[in-house]
Amino acid sequence: MNGPQAHWLDDGRRLHLNHGPIDLIIGVFGPAEECQAAYGQVVARFQTVLTELVEELAELRRPASTKPRLFAGPVARRMEAAVAPLAKNFITPMAAVAGSVADEMLAALLAGRKLDRAYVNNGGDSAIHLGTGQSMTLAIAGTGHGLQDRIVIRAGDAVRGVATSGWRGRSFSLGIADAVTVLARTGAEADAAATLIANAVDLPDHPAIKREPARDLAPDSDLGDRQVTTAVGPLSSVEIATALDSGLAVADDFRRNGLISASAIFLAGQTRISGSMALAAPTKIPRKEVAHA
Amino acid sequence: MSELAERFETHDPGEKQVAEKIRCDACPVMCYIADGRTGACDRYGNVGGRIVRMDPLTILDHAAETGGAVVPFVAEGEAWNGELVSTGRRFVTAIGAGTTYPDYKPAPFIVSQEVEGVDLVTVVTEGIFSYCGVKVKIDTDRHIGPETATVRAGGEAIGHVTTGEYGSQMLSLGGVHHLTGGSKAEGRATCDAMLNLCNRKPVELTIDGGATVIVEAGKPPVIDGKIEHRMRVGCGSATIGMFATQWRGLVDEVVVVDDHITGVVSEHQAGKVLGWQDTGIKIIGRRSTPGRYFKVSEPGLGWGGTSISDPLSILGDWNVKKGARPGLSLLMVSTTGEQFAYYELDDNLKPVEKPFPERLQKSVGLIEENCEPALCTVLFIGGAGGSLRAGVTENPVNLTRSVQGLKTYVTVGGAPVYVWPGGGITLMVDVTRVPEGAFGYVPTPALVAPIEFTLRRDDYVRLGGYEAEIRSVEDILARGGEYLNPRRGTGAPVSNPWPPLAQVRRAANGAG
Repeated sequence: MNGPQAHWLDDGRRLHLNHGPIDLIIGVFGPAEECQAAYGQVVARFQTVLTELVEELAELRRPASTKPRLFAGPVARRMEAAVAPLAKNFITPMAAVAGSVADEMLAALLAGRKLDRAYVNNGGDSAIHLGTGQSMTLAIAGTGHGLQDRIVIRAGDAVRGVATSGWRGRSFSLGIADAVTVLARTGAEADAAATLIANAVDLPDHPAIKREPARDLAPDSDLGDRQVTTAVGPLSSVEIATALDSGLAVADDFRRNGLISASAIFLAGQTRISGSMALAAPTKIPRKEVAHA
Repeated sequence: MSELAERFETHDPGEKQVAEKIRCDACPVMCYIADGRTGACDRYGNVGGRIVRMDPLTILDHAAETGGAVVPFVAEGEAWNGELVSTGRRFVTAIGAGTTYPDYKPAPFIVSQEVEGVDLVTVVTEGIFSYCGVKVKIDTDRHIGPETATVRAGGEAIGHVTTGEYGSQMLSLGGVHHLTGGSKAEGRATCDAMLNLCNRKPVELTIDGGATVIVEAGKPPVIDGKIEHRMRVGCGSATIGMFATQWRGLVDEVVVVDDHITGVVSEHQAGKVLGWQDTGIKIIGRRSTPGRYFKVSEPGLGWGGTSISDPLSILGDWNVKKGARPGLSLLMVSTTGEQFAYYELDDNLKPVEKPFPERLQKSVGLIEENCEPALCTVLFIGGAGGSLRAGVTENPVNLTRSVQGLKTYVTVGGAPVYVWPGGGITLMVDVTRVPEGAFGYVPTPALVAPIEFTLRRDDYVRLGGYEAEIRSVEDILARGGEYLNPRRGTGAPVSNPWPPLAQVRRAANGAG
């Protein structure tokens, strides 16, 4: 069995951590000795993250309710805390695993350190740290949709988590959104909300949408026999709008209840925005230090 | 559900195992994986009922070089017993070697071998190449797109058409700007296309204002859905020069249609020397020198890489004063010999197509025979960065100097490379000489390529190498590396020299 692995990218400017399915890109900015110590802390914490999760994996794959369960592992607790407020509908803590791992790793690297900025990017679900007066530019899906493809998060914004969900790529989704990007207080909250908004972007029983039971694709999926999207054929613009509006209703509801700051929903070239995605539109697109969200 | 969450969708301990799904024990998640699928991490898969790591540490057996049978000496899950291989010509490649953190730690494997009385060391690591690209040479006359046109994969820009070479179209793909300077989708498409090209898989590329080409290293290109068979023997003029004597006495006029230079035998120097008579032919195009015409048509997918489907369209009126006469015979052929037609002038001096005569079959066949097969070749080009070099020696620039001074022999998966002169270690390798599946990627995105440095042990120590980490091949076979990778034995490609011997010979020839 392989242990956790780590190496530098870009001549030591970013750290890549991998253990089994966890794949993190981490960037830290600040005084050199503080950065060095932060990287050391995050590597030390990383040694046991996956094994802690695996110990409670069976329970983490069971649906959450609005009454949170008790978990031993810090990451598992983050996951449960993020999904419990959303558990009116079907959701398991696994919906927040990526964001929760990002949050946990960010907390590990910040402990006792004085850093200007830092990010932990877990396959597109990210947690960020901003010191006083700092900001970070994020690249988001949206290029070609007439939207900003960069957004700036400033220290004064209540956003420290960014996550994206959708049926494309390796992700399972009950919906048909190409991508749903969410800004929220933490990576875990953004991750969980993006999952549910993406599920809501849907056209039930539409003949152009192919679905398969999750269990057939991945044995023992926490989605069980639920039909997950495997292909989306051509849709009319009215149908696209209908699906997007279903997702937007969920996003607006989350936003009104203070669960998220903003969300951008993409389907077949059309977009819906809940809240202000351009928290502060950048005047100039920086080429460096972009954390891909 | 987030991507990572999906990747965790695995088994429930205690639940019944589903048929033809097997359990992977590569990491604590212990996924059940269905046949033909990969696990949560994408690096382990179920191949025919066995869990296979997609990138095991690969040790090449250069017995294959001498034609001997290759014995697979490390079966998965078995301890290597050290006696299955008869030859000592083994080479520990970096394929599956992994990398280390932090980079100032020694490379995963530093291997010692004695060759012809010289102690050699091979430093083995997998390099992460953020700065890398792929050069594609497509041996075909077909016009695939204008120079500098954008090349796309999956709709994303991943490179461009670069300056053509003799008989070939050239593409320059990848590079740091497409990988990390654009959108995430662009980076991912670029990384995917390069990875597949380097691992010798087919990739469909579309060229702005040009063709759609399926490129696969070592295979003919498929251009706009049609498999190419031949690259031209030369331009139309060169073809005339080569084959003029073959047509003498068999036909009155020959036109070789080509998108670069179209040749006319009666006007061409080669024909003149043989005493060829004027025919009064008129080519519509820009005359270069006698019998040689530029730009008879736009480049395209028709005759000889032009856009022409009817070759008569490049001919003007026949001039009776210069020798045109009823019954005059005309052969038109493309530069690959793939298209050909035979005509005779009627009483109005209009060419009329006639059945292709037996007597000209041989010469047309000869053109085709002299054309090489249409082929795609793929070179990986990458720069070995500072951090990678730090795993080789405490003072990275020493490695660069040693490579540039030919004291260190660089290989990629055991395949010889060309090291570009000048600063840094910028290398090129023909991907067909690298064992299959040797290239990988990280989500940065960047390509992962195996890289090995072979040099004299004393040189290695002198340049600040990690002497204490040097191990024997036998030890590595028996115990593997830090991350307990499985080991895999495979035959080295026959055309690749055994790297330690190559370095010793090079040094003996005075280079070192």
